[in-house]
Amino acid sequence: MNERTEPFSMPASFNLLWLQSAGCGGCSMSLLSSGDREPMAALDAVGVRVLWHPSLSEESGDEAKRILERCARGEIAVDALCVEGALLRGPRGTGRFHRHAGSERPMMDWVKEIAQAARYTLAIGSCAAWGGVAAAGENATDACGLQYEGDQPGGLLGAHWKGRGGLPVINIAGCPCHSDWITETLTALALGAFGAKDLDSFNRPRFFADHLVHHGCTRNEYYEFKASAHKPSDLGCLMENMGCKGTQAHADCNIRLWNGSGSCARGGAPCISCTEPGFEEPGHPFHETPKLAGIPIGLPTDMPKAWFVALAALSKSATPKRVRENAVADHQVVVPAVKKTGLK
Amino acid sequence: MTRIVVGPFNRVEGDLEVTLEVQDGVVAEAWAGSPLYRGFEQILRGKHPMDALMFAPRICGICSVSQSMAAASALADAMGLAPAPNGRITRNLAQAVENVADHFTHFYLFFMPDFARAEYAGRAWHERATERFRAVRGAAAAAILPARTAFLSAMATLAGKWPHSLALQPGGVARALEASEKIRLFALLRDFRRHLETTLFNDALESVAALDSAAALSRWAAEQPRGDFGDFLEIAEDLDLASLGRGLGRFMSYGNYPQEKSRFLRDGVWDGHLHALDAQAIAEDISHAWLEGETRHPAQGVTRPQDEKAEGYTWCKAPRLAGEPMETGALARQVVNGHPLARDLVQRGGGNVKSRVVARLLEIAVILPEMEKWVQQLVPGEPFCAQGEMPAQAAGAGLVEAARGSLGHWIIIEGGRIANYQIVSPTTWNFSPRDGGGTPGPLEQALVGTPVGEGNVAVQHVVRSFDPCMVCTVH
Repeated sequence: MNERTEPFSMPASFNLLWLQSAGCGGCSMSLLSSGDREPMAALDAVGVRVLWHPSLSEESGDEAKRILERCARGEIAVDALCVEGALLRGPRGTGRFHRHAGSERPMMDWVKEIAQAARYTLAIGSCAAWGGVAAAGENATDACGLQYEGDQPGGLLGAHWKGRGGLPVINIAGCPCHSDWITETLTALALGAFGAKDLDSFNRPRFFADHLVHHGCTRNEYYEFKASAHKPSDLGCLMENMGCKGTQAHADCNIRLWNGSGSCARGGAPCISCTEPGFEEPGHPFHETPKLAGIPIGLPTDMPKAWFVALAALSKSATPKRVRENAVADHQVVVPAVKKTGLK
Repeated sequence: MTRIVVGPFNRVEGDLEVTLEVQDGVVAEAWAGSPLYRGFEQILRGKHPMDALMFAPRICGICSVSQSMAAASALADAMGLAPAPNGRITRNLAQAVENVADHFTHFYLFFMPDFARAEYAGRAWHERATERFRAVRGAAAAAILPARTAFLSAMATLAGKWPHSLALQPGGVARALEASEKIRLFALLRDFRRHLETTLFNDALESVAALDSAAALSRWAAEQPRGDFGDFLEIAEDLDLASLGRGLGRFMSYGNYPQEKSRFLRDGVWDGHLHALDAQAIAEDISHAWLEGETRHPAQGVTRPQDEKAEGYTWCKAPRLAGEPMETGALARQVVNGHPLARDLVQRGGGNVKSRVVARLLEIAVILPEMEKWVQQLVPGEPFCAQGEMPAQAAGAGLVEAARGSLGHWIIIEGGRIANYQIVSPTTWNFSPRDGGGTPGPLEQALVGTPVGEGNVAVQHVVRSFDPCMVCTVH
């Protein structure tokens, strides 16, 4: 073994408890569907044992409550607490917008208590991370994330909270998050191969958050020439008119792909930056790009405005006929030319 | 007389508690409560109408495409827009993939694991059921999850991704399919058909879809081993699941899968006879919900939380059709559409634990062969999305059938913004509380007479036979 790397430590068992707070259940469904591998087998293979999951486990009613009580008291070790859905503090701080079914206790109290006992706490999806869709509009339910409220540190557990394992809440953001983001984070934690350096400035795992959705986008040639879509089903780049934030949003959706071969952009839909805090209230309709003097306000990450304007003007004037015409059609009306000589 | 509270009910998710009044070991009265409020109808007010396409799927991660379909249909209705034929077919395919996958998931992951419970030790089938269907560790889960994932990979082609697609549009879909993708989709459907025909039914889908009576179903099951469905039928016979969870006998379907002129599954109401559906007769009663206001048609509905209301016991409204509660779901759809097996099962024993489960698997066998036909009707090169203008003032309704039953979205647009948006979900119908007249909702009625005991396993069968989804309900 190279001295610069640590060997993986295969755990005897790594106990996972999954709670659903105020969410849609979509991250659980994504866990079961969006990746290439069967997630439960993949987790089992590295020693992850499911103590209880609301969609999957046999125990219901009192049996389920007993498991949660024993976890809270530390009688059952919880290595990873996964929380899906936002935490509802309303009305008037009572948490009564989400009582845990079968008890008088607000869900937020269960989460607080078990997070203290757990080694690691993971926010599964943007609701649990930031508040997400649950916090949209006037946020009538006073929804927040585990350790953030939108982009502000705090949330249910507080800005400086750390779990027994020494890490803040790990934000597996996304609406929903990708199956692999969950299984790969849990796998790394179980193997002792995940630490503070693996989190970005919003405490998202860097293995997916250090990419932009733009990376790997199949509309890249249209982007290069600013050959833009104008209406749904056009093939062109979705950034200039259709609201796409793929050049700014942190995620690897077009590298990793969803359900085998998909992504929002591959489905003709703009990236709405669902891994970013506050994505649910962008201040403009999701299907339109906000502009100032004809220039999109949201420029590609790391790109100065003057460069963008200059490059856009140049590339628009140099757009090949094929790219220009296909951009506003729903199928290729001009196919790439076949060269009659050997390619150099 | 003793009163007990049962909850959380997990599988599919946990935000349900049921209060039971027990007399002589059986349920005398039941109250279905949902302790979660999410506020989508408040969130949508004031937003751009097209923003409904972003929020709607996020109402429910389980039936997210159906939510998108309802929103896209409500917007199309408001815009006066007819979808492009290719777009209509692609949307139907996306919704059918979700519905079929939902039924499949319900059977294997949410419903059957209860038969592995220790309460059933000693039954002839218990050991086999435990080995095959036990939650998380059963052999079936290991086999069906990869098959389910492969089937859902069709969503990458049809809708970009699942759950939570933004591809479904009022005029169709945001991405046209290519000829090679049409072939790929057909192959994926055939692949899933093979899995169903070998593992679930041990017979051709067409043979299952052709079963035309309870007697024919029994004969079919007795002929030879009939896969996992056969195991269920054997267990249902032994435990007499046909006499458990008897419903109220009124079924409703909005109809589903629009074709050129009609819907592949028709709309209507069944109470022993078929009646036309009058969607104007729908109203939501809030007498026992923690909400302020009065009984209204959803187009004029209001959603204002009032957590201190003494008569309240849930965040769920009580939808009624012409004042009556309605059972909705696969059984209702197949009964309304006139499937002879569904009609015969209902004729004999109404909605019950067995007939609800049979109807779901029957619907898989009915729909998948149709999907194979729909794929072949796609014409690559022709439009997949009709374009239209969003009016500044308009109203629209989108009525569709999610896996769990009738789903409606009602939108009012004023000044180019959403002035009102109301959602009535399938489980809102099935798990509705009492109304102002004291009439219980469908689950509350179905639970009456259910034996109560250690683990309350019979109560769980009744609840899960409806395939509840509470996150939808409490949007």
